[in-house]
Amino acid sequence: MRYHTPTSFQEAARLAAASGGLLRYLAGGTDVLVQMRAGMVQPDELIDLKHIPGVFDISRNADGGWRIGVAVPGRVLGAHEALCGDWPGVVEGMNLVGSTQVQGRATLTGNLCNGSPAADSVPGLVAAGATVTITGPDGSREVPVEAIPTGPGRTVLKKGELISAITLPPRGAHGGDAYLRFIPRTEMDIAVVGAAVNVTLDGDRIAKARVALGAVAPTVLLVEAAAKAIVGSTLDEAALDRLAAASSAAAKPISDKRGTVEFRVDVVGVLARRAAKIAYDRAKGMSK
Amino acid sequence: MKKVHVTTTVNGDPVEFLADPRETLLDCLRNHLDLTGTKEGCGTGDCGACSVTLDGTLVCSCLVLGVEAEGKKVETIEGMASEGELHPLQRQFIEHAALQCGFCTPGILVAAKSLLEQNPDPSESEIRFWLAGNLCRCTGYDKIVRAVQDAAAEMRGAA
Ligand SMILES: Cc1cc2nc3c(=O)[nH]c(=O)nc-3n(C[C@H](O)[C@H](O)[C@H](O)COP(=O)(O)OP(=O)(O)OC[C@H]3O[C@@H](n4cnc5c(N)ncnc54)[C@H](O)[C@@H]3O)c2cc1C
Ligand code: FES
Ligand code: FES
Repeated sequence: MRYHTPTSFQEAARLAAASGGLLRYLAGGTDVLVQMRAGMVQPDELIDLKHIPGVFDISRNADGGWRIGVAVPGRVLGAHEALCGDWPGVVEGMNLVGSTQVQGRATLTGNLCNGSPAADSVPGLVAAGATVTITGPDGSREVPVEAIPTGPGRTVLKKGELISAITLPPRGAHGGDAYLRFIPRTEMDIAVVGAAVNVTLDGDRIAKARVALGAVAPTVLLVEAAAKAIVGSTLDEAALDRLAAASSAAAKPISDKRGTVEFRVDVVGVLARRAAKIAYDRAKGMSK
Repeated sequence: MKKVHVTTTVNGDPVEFLADPRETLLDCLRNHLDLTGTKEGCGTGDCGACSVTLDGTLVCSCLVLGVEAEGKKVETIEGMASEGELHPLQRQFIEHAALQCGFCTPGILVAAKSLLEQNPDPSESEIRFWLAGNLCRCTGYDKIVRAVQDAAAEMRGAA
């Protein structure tokens, strides 16, 4: 295995484009090292991204949105008050990943690019309308987060391409988001089901919404029908019932040791309901 | 496999070693630097026995490559006692009998020290959450939590 420490994304992309064998990028390493250890993945080339200037930065964009570097670990996100104020749902998804030790290293980008359907930070990013910058040998382009995963362990990234930043849109007034997952214990487990909801209010009514579901399909799902179910409402019981039904209808899960199809289909509706209530209360400024 | 020359600081001392780039920091500490206080339980980030700090951040050394330590500051259990004086956490662990086989203890001490550096007065639930990634098969955790609470009190000068 060759270990590279490029100091720009262009250099990383060139190295990746020129490489022959199996390649991995190294952000926090909390997936890559586990896979190496298990013998699942033995990279020929490992490209450490942490020597590229700016990868540890969180900065506010001119439009009020946020730019998050690809090496920012979960703990640093969780300690950033202004970011947590704007996008608590995104941050709480990432902060569910692993232990204190894992939080010291694990990144949003690694969580996304590892391609697990159960990745905890991805529904929150999708619900928020986050985008990523893909840098390749021929330049950069901006892509919505939901377009990145294409199946378990697979992404849309082509040879020589990597993610160089994550962008969260401006929160704007009267908005709130939330992420909830179901696991059989309280800490350190993989989501059986996850649901993220992001709303913007006009008075008491929901003007805009995005609903994203995790672990109920080969990739995270952005469910427009679930968003439509609550837009225009005050999140009354009828709207919540519609949201739960639309979420359950969109779920296409598998049965495995963590949960059956029937269980996941049911629970995804329950979690979407609960996450919507939290997002709504946050938008109202009634809770953190 | 081409070895990489790594220069780093461990417990305040400058050190160098030659690492296969696939080797973890845990392996490098134990096999190249003979610092065997840091333990390997699982090797996959689940048990916390390999806990160290890297530039002040608590991490699992089994999930860090040795080559990533280049130019960084690593703190391990060997750096916890100073000049023959046990750290208050170490003394309280003995006082409370917060260990049986002791395999998890170095990792838990390093993790608890890191907690008290950022939060000198943690609640019981803050301690339990912080240490959720440190598994102990023997004690049932209660004695560990009490030892951390008493060490925190002692360090705040409250005891
Ligand atoms: C004990 C433990 C508990 C865990 N618990 C959870 C959990 O509860 N929920 C959860 O979702 N995950 C969990 N994980 C998995 C893991 O921690 C997360 O997926 C984490 O966010 C991965 O981020 P990383 O920076 O460590 O990724 P890395 O391991 O560095 O990389 C992961 C993948 O992303 C690719 N990659 C990284 N950066 C880029 C980039 N900029 N461009 C393109 N590709 C890139 C790499 O090539 C690799 O394939 C856990 C892991 C451990 C060890
Ligand atoms: S050996 Fe590193 S976490 Fe278990
Ligand atoms: S004392 Fe034996 S594992 Fe903790």
